[in-house]
Amino acid sequence: MTGDEQGGDSGGFAVPDAPSRPGEKSHFEPWTYTPEDLSQPDPKTCTAEDTADHSEGLIRVLDDDGVASGEWNPNLSADELSLGLEQMCRLRIFDDRMMKMQRTGKLSFYMRSLGEEAIAISQTMALQNHDWLFPTYRQPGCQFVRGRSMVSMINHCIGNVEDNVKGRQMPVHYTYKDGHYISVSSPVGTQFSQAVGVAMASAYKGEDQATITWIGDGASAEGDYHYAVNFASVFKPPVILCVVNNQWAISTHKNFASGGENFATRALPYGIPSLRVDGNDFLALYSVTQWARKRAAAGLGATHIEILTYRTGAHSSSDDASRYRPADEHEYWPGGDPIERLKNHLILNGDWSEEQHSELEQRLDEEVVAAYKEAVTHGDLANGPWPPASTIFTEVYEEVPWHIQEQREELGK
Amino acid sequence: MTEMNMIQSLNSALDNLLESDPNVLIFGEDVGYFGGVFRVTDGLQEKHGSKRVFDTPLAEGGIAAIAFGMGLNGLRPVMEIQFADYIFPAYDQIVNEMAKLRHRSGGEFSTPVTIRTPAGGGIKGGHHHSQSPESQFTHTPGIKVVYCSNPYNAKGLLISAIECNDPVVFFEPKRCYRGPFYGDPHNVPTWKGHEYSEVPEEHYSIPLGEANLTMEGDKCTVIAWGAMVHVAEQGIKDSGISCDLIDLQSLVPWDRDAVVNSVKKTGRCVIVHEAPKTSGFGAEMSASVQERCFYHLESPIERVTGWDTPFPHSTEWDYLPSPQRIAEAIKRTQED
Ligand SMILES: Cc1ncc(C[n+]2csc(CCOP(=O)(O)OP(=O)(O)O)c2C)c(N)n1
Ligand SMILES: [Mg+2]
Repeated sequence: MTGDEQGGDSGGFAVPDAPSRPGEKSHFEPWTYTPEDLSQPDPKTCTAEDTADHSEGLIRVLDDDGVASGEWNPNLSADELSLGLEQMCRLRIFDDRMMKMQRTGKLSFYMRSLGEEAIAISQTMALQNHDWLFPTYRQPGCQFVRGRSMVSMINHCIGNVEDNVKGRQMPVHYTYKDGHYISVSSPVGTQFSQAVGVAMASAYKGEDQATITWIGDGASAEGDYHYAVNFASVFKPPVILCVVNNQWAISTHKNFASGGENFATRALPYGIPSLRVDGNDFLALYSVTQWARKRAAAGLGATHIEILTYRTGAHSSSDDASRYRPADEHEYWPGGDPIERLKNHLILNGDWSEEQHSELEQRLDEEVVAAYKEAVTHGDLANGPWPPASTIFTEVYEEVPWHIQEQREELGK
Repeated sequence: MTEMNMIQSLNSALDNLLESDPNVLIFGEDVGYFGGVFRVTDGLQEKHGSKRVFDTPLAEGGIAAIAFGMGLNGLRPVMEIQFADYIFPAYDQIVNEMAKLRHRSGGEFSTPVTIRTPAGGGIKGGHHHSQSPESQFTHTPGIKVVYCSNPYNAKGLLISAIECNDPVVFFEPKRCYRGPFYGDPHNVPTWKGHEYSEVPEEHYSIPLGEANLTMEGDKCTVIAWGAMVHVAEQGIKDSGISCDLIDLQSLVPWDRDAVVNSVKKTGRCVIVHEAPKTSGFGAEMSASVQERCFYHLESPIERVTGWDTPFPHSTEWDYLPSPQRIAEAIKRTQED
């Protein structure tokens, strides 16, 4: 702590700081958590108190050597695991390409999922296809799992004539209704409490449909986080409330999001079972999500999950993270890299090899390049063609009222 | 005098007041160590310490609430809302609380909070990094509303806002942080050499409630604020018509005399703002000009504004008032 603590020389209130800043040595407390630490309670009878250890500790399946074990092992087939690996690689390679395109002005802005690929991919794979996904900008990977075409995603990011949201939103603010993936909105946190309402509607209609939503460690300071947890504790709808604690909110360390160390235990006094999971462990993520889904299906209400991970890249294409944290901090993250970990696990099991992995990366890179080439044939942000200006005026209301019609005629486009 | 861009001049205002008034505290999301996502508070934490310039939890409602409390208890808080679009979680604290404290307590309490916030379009920010919500605050009695447009008035107005004992919402046109914006996205000038980039290092203030006549003419009065001041300047040049250009600077209270006197002289009036037209502050001004200048008006008052729609991403140049739309409006006012 380099911040001024309460009762220090100058008195006053406490102002925290990050554990290390540029020029200082990166540091994380080493993890002592192992896959054997925590039992898996019966989802049908589990109470909030029964998850006290699970919210204090850390649910892991893969150990540091890539061996899977423990009660939380979802025992997925080699095919399922290699599909998960492929989707994570697809997302990373896609992100890389988009970031490059942003640097050349083809996109106005971009945000990567770097280091957090397992979250969207594994959790979406663990759910039913008709379950609602209520993401932030850091879970675009869900769409690959739900089968969205990459060309369509790029069309959105480059705001061309084929963008399904008609150039209205910034890149990465995807909408994909066919995949039950709800439009990303920039104001952080709003989705979290909205998801509770979506889940209440599913319950009201008597449908076996769960809603999963994510919020960042930073945004969990917003009122919306607290509304969500409280309303979910009262109405007990089938919702899975995930806090993605990736240590940073732009330049603000998670020490500012809460004075406590732990995000998972927050839900316990509300009577909501809560788990803390290694966010770079594909298998553990899959397993906790499946467990929460079983509670939802049984009508037992919400599950709260803290996903412990690290934001390896900068916040977005607009910032340089080395101005506020050590440039190498990610190398010290005790949870390692989600792709490397699953890959090592598959290799260890004899289900994968370095050669296969390079071939996969090669194939995915070609896939992304081909998708990009196809998307730009419909225009890009730098050169157009863009959606017609008339799209400014439509879909503000169900029908265009007279005053907006007049303004459209005034623009004359 | 030193040549500064708007980021530097705002930073200089904050630095002056941190020096001179120990009760000034600065806080918000990413304003501390990093110095703000637009760099306006760069270096201030290092210089003045993390007790006076600090990051907060990401919760605008909470930021405004602690500002309210600090101001009530003798401090002079300057809070930042990272984008004006994110002021709405704080709206209750501002509109129902800060705005009414003095009145509701019979004058016994007040809270001198300054809310700095980057606003407006032109940076491909889409729906939620582009809005210009000034009229959501001009419609709230008890709040002063300021909108700077250049490095010189940014500093002078910010100092007045912070020294003001009423709560002030202070809008900064983010498109103009590094240079004026003349409505052409391909022309990206810096503030270098601009008459309003010469800024004193030391403390000075521009009174709230005073407009600035930035161009003088006799055929039409054009009124604008924020980034639109520069777009209007271009529109006037393109129209070839001799106009007064009034940079309003303060919206509440606004300089009605300056506007009325100019319109009485020119007989014509064009109001420009980038926020939507319906219930925009232009509507208020237009009504007041009509009340005060009815017998002097030679043609209907024109409003050139953003459309009554959310702010778009790809097509933002079709949304923002352009020099061309402004020039056409000026010309319409000249028709018999
Ligand atoms: C209401 C609101 N306030 C501020 C912002 C600006 N902003 C965008 S992302 C961000 C940080 C979010 O951090 P976190 O919630 O931890 O998510 P992460 O980016 O780490 O995934 C901020 C402050 C915003 N988008 N919405
Ligand atoms: Mg975060």
